[in-house]
Amino acid sequence: MTAIPQSGAYVNFYQEKRGFLSWLVTEDHKRIALLYFWAISVFFVVAFILGLIMRLELIAPGRTLLDPQTYNEVFTLHGVIMIFLFIIPGIPAIFGNFSLPMLIGAPDVAFPKLNLISWYLYVLGGILALSTLLYGEGPADTGWTFYAPYSVKTGTNVTVAVLAAFVLGFSSILTGVNFIVTMHQMRAPGMSWMKMPLFPWALYATAWIQVLATPVVGITLLMIVAERTLGIGLFDPALGGDPVLYQHLFWIYSHPAVYIMVLPAMGLVSELLPVFVKKSIFGYKVIVYSSLAIAFIGYFVWGHHMFTSGMSGPARIIFSVLTFLVAIPSAIKVFNWVSTLYKGSIEIRTPLLYALAFIFLFTIGGLTGLVVGALATDIHVHDTYFVVGHFHYVMFGGTGFAFFGAIHFYFPKIWGRMYNQKMANVAFSILFVGFNLVYFPMLVLGMMGMPRRYYDYLPEFTLPNQISTVGSWILAIGLILMITNLIRGRKGPKASSNPWGSVTLDWTHTQSPPTLYNFEKTPEIERGPYDYTDYEAYIKKNLQS
Amino acid sequence: MSSHAVSHNDVIHFDPYGKKLGMWLFLFTEVLLFGGLFIVYATYRFMNHEAFHEGSAELDLVIGAINTVFLLTSSLTVALSITALQKGNAKLSVNLIMITILFAGAFMMNKYYEWTLKFEHGLFPGMEHYNQLSNGEAQFFNLYFLMTGLHAIHVIVGAIILLIVAYHIKKGNVTKDRYIYLENGGLYWHLVDVIWIYLFPLFYLII
Repeated sequence: MTAIPQSGAYVNFYQEKRGFLSWLVTEDHKRIALLYFWAISVFFVVAFILGLIMRLELIAPGRTLLDPQTYNEVFTLHGVIMIFLFIIPGIPAIFGNFSLPMLIGAPDVAFPKLNLISWYLYVLGGILALSTLLYGEGPADTGWTFYAPYSVKTGTNVTVAVLAAFVLGFSSILTGVNFIVTMHQMRAPGMSWMKMPLFPWALYATAWIQVLATPVVGITLLMIVAERTLGIGLFDPALGGDPVLYQHLFWIYSHPAVYIMVLPAMGLVSELLPVFVKKSIFGYKVIVYSSLAIAFIGYFVWGHHMFTSGMSGPARIIFSVLTFLVAIPSAIKVFNWVSTLYKGSIEIRTPLLYALAFIFLFTIGGLTGLVVGALATDIHVHDTYFVVGHFHYVMFGGTGFAFFGAIHFYFPKIWGRMYNQKMANVAFSILFVGFNLVYFPMLVLGMMGMPRRYYDYLPEFTLPNQISTVGSWILAIGLILMITNLIRGRKGPKASSNPWGSVTLDWTHTQSPPTLYNFEKTPEIERGPYDYTDYEAYIKKNLQS
Repeated sequence: MSSHAVSHNDVIHFDPYGKKLGMWLFLFTEVLLFGGLFIVYATYRFMNHEAFHEGSAELDLVIGAINTVFLLTSSLTVALSITALQKGNAKLSVNLIMITILFAGAFMMNKYYEWTLKFEHGLFPGMEHYNQLSNGEAQFFNLYFLMTGLHAIHVIVGAIILLIVAYHIKKGNVTKDRYIYLENGGLYWHLVDVIWIYLFPLFYLII
């Protein structure tokens, strides 16, 4: 493929076809990314509000707002939406779809129709999950893990919630297959694997996990459906089933899924840092290999969720050792990012702030992860708020902040406009403060022994809980500020095609917003993805008018 | 604007290798889907060895063996149909696909007959005889219905895929030079076959 047939005039991908219907049948990866963006944003806000309600209930001991049953349903729905509808698809489906083809110099993904189908599956899964609110005995009250035998016995709408997760898993698999083939087959000529940018590399590692881990949870969830509808005892001990087997099968997927959630975020951070430091990423190859290592080792650590569920001593020790092993590639990345900053000409812009917050918050999340990964300390903090604090530091502090950073980074490329950057920095600061106020007290509460998943607590836990709840309001203010600033930003001043001065193809060789097939002609790869020598001349030479 | 006339095919070139790669990745997911069930089977067989032995004795070896022959032969015919198309004989290719689908139909008829017998014996979950079984034997029949049932769904899906491919061969969309859709359909059909190759000994042969 050489020249892409196009007329001379610049027509961006919004203008190519118009009308509501043209969006619903689009095969353009950028439009599908935006379809995902709107759907995922809606679900994120819904689940965020559920989180606020939970924090409000926990402002004082005893019943404040919700009865225990409703509280159980709220935290389950919060978890199901946040995990299956926001964090897992979030970065790959939105920013992967939007920028992956551009980063590798391709006009689209390998299977555009399949891409659209996976969006429809996503929407179907989302509707199924929300529909559980409307009928029967209300939404599932099992927690997002659907542990048997309770998930088999409860009268709430577990069957539909589980089917929703199954459909969403299917959507995730199709995206994974699509991305792997895209990266194998559609890299621009001259882009060898070791010249591919790091966000695609992270998506590549992620896609393999999506393909190889998701089916296991799919069949496990179908077994729950079979158990509930046919009344058989696959996991019910009263009928000869083994509930620990369910936990194994569930975590064989759901632990690798944790890396589906965080690897793309790590890739984004690797992509953002060099742009604002104007210097090559430190240890490109090591970052690539550490992504693959995380994906690989991540398969063999699921047992650390089950240290107190009844496993043999040797099994627990092996799982604990493997858990410590997976910390090594994660730490390698952190050191590489920090080294990238060293002696760079750092320009503090909003996306960089989010990337730095990622490094800081992810480090806290990672180190607390070692506390729960060690056998002796895990016995103490298992099923306490320490775990809740830990995974929110990784998931929200890590992936969530990288997600916000990516919105601010790709905003001028997606909409061709620039938001108010001062306001964006203010919103960032409020989010950062609010975040730590919500979740740091949880780590303390966990050490004090407060168990998770209760609507009530002993009076001695009151103060940290109140700090956390007040923090949730600050977090909400920051979020509202960020969202309004972004919405207003769509009418902001026009942005150039490369406002950040990046040297990757998505900025140097495309318009803002890009044309339908991204590039006028297939770009030639002249240099490595993060080669900032003489970058000003290179950018100027390729600047899209 | 003239750029509106540009279609996807002008920009994104037809890539048979990529499509095959995608199919293989999808087959991995299918293998892992059944993999979860195989783990459950292994666990419960280990826990209830005697009961699984008794459950296995209730199954009809002859029916299972006939179905194995059906599926193995159908894998041959689908492979032949690919070679026929590669050599430019579209008509023979379609006929061989039709024979494959006939085998799939025969497999399903046989399966229907077999399950009907089980229903008559009250062995389906919730039925009279099933309720009197020990937990271990009930587990055997749970897995028997779940695994062969899921496999039967795959047989139906595979047959539908092949039917669609046959239609496109007739219409001239899938040809000697563009046979990847047939090849992918064939790959899926082989997977259906391979899974049965494991199900048959696990339920019918191992004592």
